[in-house]
Amino acid sequence: MNQNVLIIGATSGIAEAVARHFAEQGARLFLVARNSEKLQAISADLVARGALEVATFVMNANETDRIPQMTDAAWKVHGTIDVALVAHGTLPDQQRTETNIAYAIAEFRTNAESVIACLAALAQRMEPQGKGVLAVIGSVAGDRGRPGNYLYGAAKAALDTYASGLRARLFKSGVHVLIIKPGFVATAMTVDLNLPARLTATPDRVACDIQLAIAKRRDVLYTPWFWYWIMLIIRWIPAAIFKRMKL
Amino acid sequence: MSQLLSWGRYPRRPQIPHSVNWPEDVLPSLAALAAAGHSTSLAFGCGRSYGDSCLADSGHVLAMQNMDRVLAADWESGVVIAQAGLTLSELIRIALPHGWFLPVTPGTKFVTLGGAVANDVHGKNHHVMGTFGRHVRQLTIYRSNEGVTQCSLTHRPDFFSATVGGLGMTGVIVAVEIQLRRVATSEIEQRSIRFGGFDEFFELSREHDSSHEYTVAWVDCLASGKQAGRGHYIAGNHAQEGALDLAPIGGLQMPIDPPFSLVNALSLRAFNTLYYHRQMKKKVVSNVGYDSFFYPLDRLQQWNRMYGRSGFQQYQCVVPQENGREVTRDVMRQISKSGSGSFLAVLKQCGKLTSPGLLSFPLHGVSLALDFPQRDQVNERLFTKLDAMVHEAGGRLYPAKDAHMSAVHFKQAYPMWEKVEALRDSHLLSLFWKRVTQ
Ligand SMILES: Cc1cc2nc3c(=O)[nH]c(=O)nc-3n(C[C@H](O)[C@H](O)[C@H](O)COP(=O)(O)OP(=O)(O)OC[C@H]3O[C@@H](n4cnc5c(N)ncnc54)[C@H](O)[C@@H]3O)c2cc1C
Ligand SMILES: NC(=O)c1ccc[n+]([C@@H]2O[C@H](COP(=O)([O-])OP(=O)(O)OC[C@H]3O[C@@H](n4cnc5c(N)ncnc54)[C@H](OP(=O)(O)O)[C@@H]3O)[C@@H](O)[C@H]2O)c1
Repeated sequence: MNQNVLIIGATSGIAEAVARHFAEQGARLFLVARNSEKLQAISADLVARGALEVATFVMNANETDRIPQMTDAAWKVHGTIDVALVAHGTLPDQQRTETNIAYAIAEFRTNAESVIACLAALAQRMEPQGKGVLAVIGSVAGDRGRPGNYLYGAAKAALDTYASGLRARLFKSGVHVLIIKPGFVATAMTVDLNLPARLTATPDRVACDIQLAIAKRRDVLYTPWFWYWIMLIIRWIPAAIFKRMKL
Repeated sequence: MSQLLSWGRYPRRPQIPHSVNWPEDVLPSLAALAAAGHSTSLAFGCGRSYGDSCLADSGHVLAMQNMDRVLAADWESGVVIAQAGLTLSELIRIALPHGWFLPVTPGTKFVTLGGAVANDVHGKNHHVMGTFGRHVRQLTIYRSNEGVTQCSLTHRPDFFSATVGGLGMTGVIVAVEIQLRRVATSEIEQRSIRFGGFDEFFELSREHDSSHEYTVAWVDCLASGKQAGRGHYIAGNHAQEGALDLAPIGGLQMPIDPPFSLVNALSLRAFNTLYYHRQMKKKVVSNVGYDSFFYPLDRLQQWNRMYGRSGFQQYQCVVPQENGREVTRDVMRQISKSGSGSFLAVLKQCGKLTSPGLLSFPLHGVSLALDFPQRDQVNERLFTKLDAMVHEAGGRLYPAKDAHMSAVHFKQAYPMWEKVEALRDSHLLSLFWKRVTQ
């Protein structure tokens, strides 16, 4: 029952909510984030909420050459990892990506390349274990490019494809790969957006779904559930019509 | 994002929330609001205050609920440091399994630590434990002109006493250090005694207040004549033997706003009569879980919607001991005559322990609280009469529940208000504070 859980991007609102669920079940956690002060506050909180042990590692995900150091530390502390969640990400300013190419590429690097680097390193460690769940947070935005956020969407689409291939590769080993596609979630990322209240979920709501999907070894999770149907429709709209729509 | 109202949903001044996730977000959020032309704002906890004390003059509040981390917990000593957005409900879930409970709790667990401090809340154990602020060891606060600062009874004590019960005016509280109280079980040994009138209530109080940590009474305000002042007296102590279990999460929800108030004279009378006769025996002793003892109303979430769109007001006053009995009786008579009181009035004998806050509400005396569906003229007429009676007796109203008190009464009843005004953060202003001070 006492699972060992590794989380990259542990200061994210969604990841923190997930970590609380695991803490309440007495998990041992290994948290990775770039801001050490926030990381300390979160680990103290998770200990108070019941985590058996919390270890931390400070790392900017874009420093991909430090990833092996991080996995070494995690496996040294916990021996095995039952659940790994890659959660970090940013929401780029789409308009700025349209004129500032360096910015666009940097944002793509954070949201796609650095995540892929983490997944690859984790897969290397988990495959020989022969067990465990490797989960990554994508987005409904990755299902179809919209004028409002297609750079972000493209990065999330890359994760989707990568996760699909990785899932099939690791299947034989017993390691499971889950991609999580949240809709609108009220976190720091969306604090300045004027999201429609009815369609916006709390991080806790999303975390409940994530935890269940991990336990049930689901392949793809849309959360909350109704996004599955929304995206089904959106993917079906023919391009000739889609390009005329204001979304 | 959905807009926020206070618990009474009156006055209806919807607030736009700006979420604060980390202490460092406070000042940038205030600055961003100022840049957008909103020179003041206000911290918003769970919005469990009834009137306008949790509503910002600008209509823009800093939503504190996401800032809810426990920063340190010592289960040997029961000292916890937590961010101010943590709710009492969560704190119980975290601390109770270690054998610790809140030293003081209001009648709902859905309030934040920051809100509990800012109103210096009290509970059924006021006569033994005093207010919430007495158990606060230290506060960490952000102020727009000086950044982060700390205060306690010994460090910047003037600032501490202005902030405890300070209605959110002195700064945004980001962390609270609190001393919890030990408990052996999660149960309360409860004694529920039916009484027929006022005098009996005061006798019961005298008899039980010294032997019971928690005491409170529910009085039927609509009963008149011989039955005037009838009610239930409830006393309790933490049980020494029994389980140490968390109450299950959940409960019922009031799903919609009914188009009209479900609370009217007819339903009130029926409810009160049923409530009075709910226990056949005069006295019932039983062990009950903490949730049903402290938080019976929390079981129907958002019960405030019952009053329909126009909302309701709570009237809570405290009258000093000398005239407590007579004045409270007169106030109740006046309410009974008006026929517009609520389900039940809550009567509580408050104790002698002083509060650390300059504007803390409780006094040694009798506190009375009850709800009124919002009806502009009826309420105004009645409240004007009641206010005069309370003030003449040296009593006062509770800002956390208030939507009507006059500036004159406020300034008389809370003479220290000027000290708080002097320490007010110029970027913070509630509708309440503006109404009673300006
Ligand atoms: C059913 C019910 C029963 C109740 N019973 C009692 C009772 O028995 N005794 C009692 O005393 N009260 C009682 N109350 C009132 C309630 O306890 C208080 O109003 C409490 O302060 C609400 O806390 P909140 O977190 O909802 O704060 P809010 O109502 O959102 O805000 C209250 C005040 O606190 C300030 N504030 C909130 N957070 C911060 C912060 N981080 N920094 C600075 N200021 C802040 C706000 O600006 C505002 O002035 C009851 C309320 C209800 C609904
Ligand atoms: N919120 C939504 O509506 C929504 C919808 C769909 C998908 N998602 C996805 O959900 C995930 C979590 O986001 P969230 O909503 O929880 O937002 P969030 O609270 O803003 O979390 C984002 C996290 O990513 C971290 N991060 C960003 N760049 C990093 C880097 N280079 N190195 C290390 N960490 C970095 C941030 O760290 P700092 O704390 O140090 O800044 C932050 O903790 C993201 O992948 C996001 O794309 C969110």
